[in-house]
Amino acid sequence: MKRLRGTGVSKGYVKGPAFYHQSQDIIIAKKLVEDAAAELERFQKAKEKAEEQLEQLYQEALEMVGEKEAVIFKMHKMLLNDEEFSDTVCDYISSDKVSAEYGVWKSSEELQAMFGSMDNEYMKERAADIQDISGRLIRILTGAGKAATVMVGKGILLAEDLTPSETIRMDKEKVLGIVTEKGSSNSHSAILARTLGIPAIVGVAGLLAEPVAGELIIDGSEGSVMINPDQRTQEIYDRKIAADKAGRELLGRLKGSQAVTKDGCRVELACNIGDPGEAAGVLEYDGESIGLFRSEFLYMRSSDFPTEEEQFKAYRQVLEEMKGGRVIVRTLDLGADKHVPYLDLGEEANPALGYRAIRICLRQRQIFRTQLRALLRASAYGQLAIMFPMIAQLKELRDAKEYLAELKEELRKEGIAYSDSIAVGVMIETPAAVLISDMLAKEADFFSIGTNDLTQYTLAADRMNSRISDIYDPQDKAVLRMIKIAADHAHQAGKWVGICGESASDEELLGFYLAVGIDELSVSPRAVLPLKEKIQAINVKESREDELKKWLE
Amino acid sequence: MVEFVHIIQDRQGLHARPASALAETAMKLASSVTIHINDKTVDGKKLIAMMRLGARYGEAVRIEVEGDNEEADSKVLQDFCNKNL
Repeated sequence: MKRLRGTGVSKGYVKGPAFYHQSQDIIIAKKLVEDAAAELERFQKAKEKAEEQLEQLYQEALEMVGEKEAVIFKMHKMLLNDEEFSDTVCDYISSDKVSAEYGVWKSSEELQAMFGSMDNEYMKERAADIQDISGRLIRILTGAGKAATVMVGKGILLAEDLTPSETIRMDKEKVLGIVTEKGSSNSHSAILARTLGIPAIVGVAGLLAEPVAGELIIDGSEGSVMINPDQRTQEIYDRKIAADKAGRELLGRLKGSQAVTKDGCRVELACNIGDPGEAAGVLEYDGESIGLFRSEFLYMRSSDFPTEEEQFKAYRQVLEEMKGGRVIVRTLDLGADKHVPYLDLGEEANPALGYRAIRICLRQRQIFRTQLRALLRASAYGQLAIMFPMIAQLKELRDAKEYLAELKEELRKEGIAYSDSIAVGVMIETPAAVLISDMLAKEADFFSIGTNDLTQYTLAADRMNSRISDIYDPQDKAVLRMIKIAADHAHQAGKWVGICGESASDEELLGFYLAVGIDELSVSPRAVLPLKEKIQAINVKESREDELKKWLE
Repeated sequence: MVEFVHIIQDRQGLHARPASALAETAMKLASSVTIHINDKTVDGKKLIAMMRLGARYGEAVRIEVEGDNEEADSKVLQDFCNKNL
C-alpha cells in the first residue's frame, strides 16, 4: 500500500479505480498572419461564442450548486470582457500580426504569471481562472474539442489540476472522488466539489509521478490517498463508507420532513454552533434554526475584546446564512472554566459560583454594550433572539432587558436600523432560576434549559471532578424535576421552552422531554436527523404517564 | 467629485468574487469610479485591474465617484461595500 497526502477540500470517503484526466497543456506556436483585421474579427467571434458557453455554464451551475457558487462563471464572463485582457490580445494581433489563438495564449500567459506572482495565496489561484477562460477561447479558435477525460466506469478522477468549468461539467454519475496534484482549498474547483458533495483532495505531491493501477481509497476529511490499500485499511474504510452511507440515507429519507410525533406534537429541532462557519452544517443536516450560538468564540480567538464591527459581521453572517431561520445568540459566557488573557477575573475560590457570564456583563457594562449593540445592528438581517446565561435573580433579567432597551433607543437616535421583534430569553441553568421560573416566564419570551450547568448546580457536583462523576448525572431525578418545573411555568405563561445542553440529544430522555412538552431541542447538527426519526415514532399521548412516572418518581 | 473610505472586512481581502461584484455594481453607474489603495489607482469598472490590487483584509480603500449623479452613485457603492466587502 502506498499513502500520499494532500489537503482534503471536500469531506467524505470513497473507494474505486483511478481514471486520468488529461489536461492538455496548451502551447500555441507563434504564427504570423497577413490579415490582422481578419484575426481581430475571429477573436471577436470567439469571444461571443465563449460568452454564450459561459452563460450556459452559469445556468447549469445555478441549477446544480446555486447562485453563490455559480457566480464563478459570471466572473469568468467579466474577465473575458475585461478590456485589460481583450486589449492586450488585440494589441498582439494588430502590432505583431499574429494569429488570434497566439494572441490569446500570450496574453493569458502574461496574466497568469501576474496572478501567480502575487504574494496572496488566494490571488495565486486566480491564474487557474484565466487559464480556464483562455483555454475556452483557444478551443473555440482551433476547433479542438473539450479537454479529454477518460471515464469508462465509476471511479476516482486524478488530474494535475481542474478548472471550474471542468469540475462543473464532470459526469457526476461516474466521478466518485477527485484528487489533484496542484490546487489549494481556495480554488474554485475545490469549492464546487464541496458544494456537489464529491470528496476531493488537492495538492497531492507526486500523484502523477507513476501511473496508478488498481484500487484507490481517498479520505477527503483527512486528505489522504491510499493506493492499493491493504486488507486492514480496506476494512476500516468499508466501515466508514457504510456509516457515511447510512447517514446519507437517513438524510435522504428525512430531510425536509417535519419533526412531528405520531399524535401530532411538533418539536423544533435546532442546532448549537460555536463559530459562524458552522451555520452551513446546520442547514445541511436539516436543523431548522440555531438554538444556541455561543458567542465566546469571538472572544476566545481574539487577543483583545472584539470590536462592535467584528461582532456585527459575525452575527450578521449567521443570520443571513440561516435565511430567516431563528438564531438565538447567548451573550458572553466567560468565567468559570472559560478565560481570556485580556479580561482579568481575579482569583476566585469558587469560580463556578463566582464572577461569570451575565454577572460580568452587568458589572462591566462596556463589554455588554459592545455586544448588545452589535447584536441589535445584526438583528436587521434576520430573525435574531438573545438569551442571557446564568440568570439567578429576577433583577438580573430586568437589568439586562432595561439595558437592551436603552441601547435600542441609542441606535434609534443614531438612525441605525434594528429589528423590533427580537425575542429575549433566559437560560435556565441555576436551581434559583428554576424556583422563580414562574416570575421569569412572565418577563422573558422563552426559556432555554442549559442542562450541563443545571446538572452541576442542582446536584452540587463539579462535572470536571472524575471522583464524583457518578453524581453528576443529567438523568438524575432532581435534574429532571427541575426541567419539569421550568417547562410547566413557561407553558403556564404561554412561553416556549427549549433544551440546549448536551443531554438535549440524549435519545433515552426524548420521551420524557416530549411528555413535559419541551418545544425545542437544540443539538449538534449531526444529531438532528437521528432525533427526528425517533420523534416521528413516538406517540406522546400514549406514553406521557409512563415517561413521567419512570423519570420523576 | 465625492469620495469615501472603506476598510476591507473580508478576511480573504478583495478577492475574485467580491471584486467582480464590485465591478459589476460600478459598471451600472453613470459616474466614473476610481479606486485608490496605498499608492495605486485603478478604474473601479475593470475587474482584472482591481484583482491586481490584491487589497487585503483591514486595508483602507478610497473610492472616488465623479459624474452628474455622483452623490447617489456614491451611496450605492458605499452600501455595496458595507454589505459585501
